[in-house]
Amino acid sequence: MAEFKEISPNASAGAKLNNWFDNRFPTLFAEYRKHMSEYFAPKNFNFWYFFGSLALLVLVIQIVTGIFLTMNYKPDAAKAFESVEYIMRDVPGGWFIRYMHSTGASAFFIVVYLHMYRGLIYGSYRKPRELVWIFGCAIFLALMAEAFMGYLLPWGQMSYWGAQVIVNLFSAIPFIGPDLSLLIRGDYVVADATLNRFFAFHVIAVPLVLLGLVVAHLLALHDVGSNNPDGIEIKKGPKGNRWSPDAPADGIPFHPYYSVHDIVGVSVFLMAYFGILFFAPEMGGYFLEYNNFIPADPLVTPPHIAPVWYFTPFYSMLRATTDTMVHVLMVIIVLAVILNFIKSRSSTAKKGAIAVIGLIAIGLLAVFDAKFWGVVVMGGAVVILFFLPWLDRSPARSIRYRPGWHKTVYAVFLIWFAILMVLGIMVPGPIFSQGSLEWLTNERVALVGTLFYFGFFLLMPWWSQLGTPKPVPDRVTFKPH
Amino acid sequence: MSDAPPSNFTPAPLDSSKRTWLIASSAAGAVGTVALATPFVESFSPSERAKAAGAAVEVDISALKAGERMIVEWRGQPVWVFKRTPEMLATLKTTESEVADPMSKRTDFPTPVWAQNIDRAQEAHKDILVVVGICTHLGCSPVEKFKAGPQPSLPDNWVGGFFCPCHGSTFDFSARVFKDKPAPANLVVPPYTYLSDTRLLIGEYKKA
Repeated sequence: MAEFKEISPNASAGAKLNNWFDNRFPTLFAEYRKHMSEYFAPKNFNFWYFFGSLALLVLVIQIVTGIFLTMNYKPDAAKAFESVEYIMRDVPGGWFIRYMHSTGASAFFIVVYLHMYRGLIYGSYRKPRELVWIFGCAIFLALMAEAFMGYLLPWGQMSYWGAQVIVNLFSAIPFIGPDLSLLIRGDYVVADATLNRFFAFHVIAVPLVLLGLVVAHLLALHDVGSNNPDGIEIKKGPKGNRWSPDAPADGIPFHPYYSVHDIVGVSVFLMAYFGILFFAPEMGGYFLEYNNFIPADPLVTPPHIAPVWYFTPFYSMLRATTDTMVHVLMVIIVLAVILNFIKSRSSTAKKGAIAVIGLIAIGLLAVFDAKFWGVVVMGGAVVILFFLPWLDRSPARSIRYRPGWHKTVYAVFLIWFAILMVLGIMVPGPIFSQGSLEWLTNERVALVGTLFYFGFFLLMPWWSQLGTPKPVPDRVTFKPH
Repeated sequence: MSDAPPSNFTPAPLDSSKRTWLIASSAAGAVGTVALATPFVESFSPSERAKAAGAAVEVDISALKAGERMIVEWRGQPVWVFKRTPEMLATLKTTESEVADPMSKRTDFPTPVWAQNIDRAQEAHKDILVVVGICTHLGCSPVEKFKAGPQPSLPDNWVGGFFCPCHGSTFDFSARVFKDKPAPANLVVPPYTYLSDTRLLIGEYKKA
């Protein structure tokens, strides 16, 4: 407990008020210093560092617009679709609030994907920032749940059938699956009960989790300090700057330096965001799908259903997992076991154990349906992100100081991710309608993409160690302007 | 908080009986938590109203012409009543080698014993296929692709059947899934009974 501070009676009214609060609620001041005015962030941030604060901005937009939408929305299968149309047509300003929310959903994913990519290229998940990354991945997962459940609420055809497909994913889990998906839906098909509970999850349960995770993400970040484009630990560098003799020399206070800096990012972001909102709120059917302007009909599936763009890479991986994929995986396991026998320097017992694990894996692949493995692949594609801190063994953290060809590896990964995204939007079957390329189906290309996606992560412990990294400087590279 | 204990501080001796009571009361608390959580988890399962909506429905099929399909709602699901032409039935022989489970023997989406044949129908009305029109993959409703021949999303030797627009599974005229498709099993044959030649009760099977 701090001493009660007396202040001179001649002090200004502002100083007196300040003192009054400081004596009664010192935490407020301490936290402000810890997280704002005395949080020293590296001075060499580039534009990639806008996306964290932009994600926070979009979160605020979503919460505020969401609160206003609930004032007119009705979570009832008989009324939901028309209540959304009512918001769009009859509620003054309703269209604006609703488009802010729907554009915000896509903007959230754009910003978060870029934020994650930043972490990927600069090694921001490396020790000691593993938990920052893990909380971030959990935020991504919660965000996916939030977006998926929110998408059911307009009760259009795409809402309905999208939910039908995703809830049925759980029924692929052996033994408990069918009961689990029944428990999620609360009915034999997606119905009023499902809509009502998704509403509850979307407006209160998941947002609470999301907010808690965001707080954990930021607290953990502020404990270990921010990474930077050079991947250098500024806390290990020389000490002392204009503000404090103990602070890292390459650090500057978050407020006002980065808080003001971020305003530039916010301005650019808002221009793009409102540009979309006013001129292309449906974004050609990618942000709001055309089929969702038709009320949900449990008896008719629309001729082409696709999830919203941000889920499509994972969706294509799901679609690519047929028996062919299962056979390919079996072959890969066999090859890996053989390679381990020839190349690895580990003991024979260990090699034998790996062979046994491989055999069990092949057995499991044979026993359960491709449908179940599709769900495993789709879930695994997200879960694997959590393990990134332990997969990356490169001596250099940032892409700047890694061997040049690592950039090519990242580029190939990115290109395949983009291809998977496009494939997930397209209809299944041959990509080109003309005859000679009929073998080139969506599923086959997606299969190759899925292998590249997982190969990037699962082979990372090996490829990230290869090559000679460039010399890492002692201080961050920074040019004052 | 950060104050160090005084130098003459000695920790109290461990009182094991206290620990026993702590464990016992924690266990009691855990039991109480589970008991308290039960009604909340239970509330997720289908309500009595949803269960009641699962009752059998009666359908009049007298107006159904050969080659036509009608869709009936049962338990909120689309049930197809599909009267096949002799030509359609003839294709079932050709698809026999291309489908994953020609005799519908799989047990995870069980087909009633009386429908474990190539027509997947009841003996007395072989031309009429009754199936739940929900793909066994992820629950989309497949669409009609009755026209034979090459067309987008379908193989060139297509003889007619159904196509799931979501993940590309294809089914023949007996709703049997083709090999190497995302859907693991043939479409489900619900229990149904012919009350007469033109009246069908979907949701209940009574032996004729």
